[in-house]
Amino acid sequence: MTGFLVKRLLQALVVLFLVTIIVFLLLHALPGGPARAILGPKGTPQQIAHFNEVQGYNNPLPVQYWDYLVRLFHGNLGESYKLNESVSSLLGQRLPKTLILTVLATIVAVAVAVPLGLLQAVRRGKPADYLLTAGAFLAYATPVFFLGLILIIVFSQAIPIFPAEAPQGTSIGSIFSGFSGMILPIATMALGIIAMFSRYMRSATLDNLTEEYVRTAMAKGQSSRRILAKHVLRNALIPLVTLLGLYLPTLFSGALVVESMFNYPGMGLLFWNAAQGSDFPVLLGVTLVVGVATVVGSLVTDIVYAVLDPRIRSVS
Amino acid sequence: MSVISPAVAPGHEEAAQATPSLARRTVQVFTRNKLALAGVVVLVLLLLFCYVGPLVHPTDQVHTDLSQASLAPGAPGHLLGTTDLGYDLVGRLMVAGQSSLEVGLAAGVLATLFGTVWGAVSGYFGGWVDAVMMRVTDAALAIPAMFLLVVVSAIITPSKTILILIIAAVAWLSPARLVRGEALSLRDREYVQAMRMMGGGGARAVFRHIVPNAIGTVIVNATFQVADAILYVSYLAFLGLSIPPPATDWGSMLSSGITYTQNGYWWMIFPAGIAIVLVVGAFNFIGDGLRDAFEVRLQKK
Repeated sequence: MTGFLVKRLLQALVVLFLVTIIVFLLLHALPGGPARAILGPKGTPQQIAHFNEVQGYNNPLPVQYWDYLVRLFHGNLGESYKLNESVSSLLGQRLPKTLILTVLATIVAVAVAVPLGLLQAVRRGKPADYLLTAGAFLAYATPVFFLGLILIIVFSQAIPIFPAEAPQGTSIGSIFSGFSGMILPIATMALGIIAMFSRYMRSATLDNLTEEYVRTAMAKGQSSRRILAKHVLRNALIPLVTLLGLYLPTLFSGALVVESMFNYPGMGLLFWNAAQGSDFPVLLGVTLVVGVATVVGSLVTDIVYAVLDPRIRSVS
Repeated sequence: MSVISPAVAPGHEEAAQATPSLARRTVQVFTRNKLALAGVVVLVLLLLFCYVGPLVHPTDQVHTDLSQASLAPGAPGHLLGTTDLGYDLVGRLMVAGQSSLEVGLAAGVLATLFGTVWGAVSGYFGGWVDAVMMRVTDAALAIPAMFLLVVVSAIITPSKTILILIIAAVAWLSPARLVRGEALSLRDREYVQAMRMMGGGGARAVFRHIVPNAIGTVIVNATFQVADAILYVSYLAFLGLSIPPPATDWGSMLSSGITYTQNGYWWMIFPAGIAIVLVVGAFNFIGDGLRDAFEVRLQKK
């Protein structure tokens, strides 16, 4: 176990290091360099030269990269051009909101997808299975914003029960006091995840149903309900943990679209507004944070998986 | 293959029918999959609509005509009405479909080609080459595709070509990982080792043995890649980062229609949205059918 942990941890560190390089290179891919991006099209050559000198952009790239890393370790992600605030303080306000949205949507999705997948596996080849499979494929092929739009048209315009805009307050509490505004964003995000997870649960359950331990349990005379709950479900759920880790980038991308759609003041909306206004420090800061979150997230899921399933440890 | 020509071997034809060739089995399994066939039919219909359609139903998709703006479906000469800028909607769908399909196909194929070579080289050479190449893919995978796409399209104004390049630049990672897995198992096969004993180099191994043997995985993955690429195009359009007008794609049509949700202009929303769902669904079904078909080949081996 220790060997596995050390190896996995080292791997994650290398990947983190590479993520910072990618973001650093993106910064330097800006047309006219960072100076042009910060001073805008009206910056004079003197201003640009001065800026480059002060900010250290005249140094060789490796030196600049080192400075960038040092700043990162001090928690300094730069200053927003537009919002007159540091990127890290912006992220401090916005990231928790994105996490709340993502976690709630994931909980809803797992709570729906697991029973659906089980049902499909037990009823395989029957109308219910075909219907749900078709539904999952349909939801999977639909862009998230089109799904959201359909939900808005149905539940906000045709039958006005939920608002089409997320709660706007700056505090976390406002999310929960105006929770009816959260229903449609959560539902939109959850639908896409349900489509993926229910497919997985269906095939994982089918695989497990053919295992020897199921035959043994049946031979012992256990009820099929008990076999499903005690044996099959447990074994099918373990890999779902890895799947969650694997889908972290997809979840963040989903949050980006859903937040822009429902005007939910999270990290995704911050990012989208930054893209509209070419606010590069914010764009790159968010990209870095999302990348780091993904690496850490998949590391955690791998460790949880190894704890849950001893077979993995010995294989790695 | 038999050296006897069919003409002099009367019994040969029957024998061939008893054990159908691999290719024929593959086609059989594919055509038995009704969803996959439906996918092919839908795709062919959409291609005809987008490329032959403008010949049958020519419309002006360059000049706006505000006197004809936002007409409801059924208006004279406009079966599905017009857009907010007065373009005929049916004609607009055709032109938009061309961009969506072209960008999707080109990006999917490009990503698959690059990813396949990357994965094959990484898996075949193994050791530290593999470690370095795979950590690079891990790092690139760690940054969610949408975020990279948005940053890059904020830096460069996208044209069709640039859209293809940047989508391919984030999409090559998954074929790279898949092919690397195949290459790892293929490189220890006897025929690959025999070739190396005879002095064959790495390039020969990768392109003559690893890639051809992983072709099933590659083709199936390419189909899904195209579906994903078409979705990416639509997401970029939704985020306001797509090809500038008067050019358009289905995603741009859909997202400009969103503005008119409150007015009840459903024809600016649903046709484009449904077109995206149809084409992405079709590619996914075809991919699923191909996977089953290629699995038959593997079982035969």
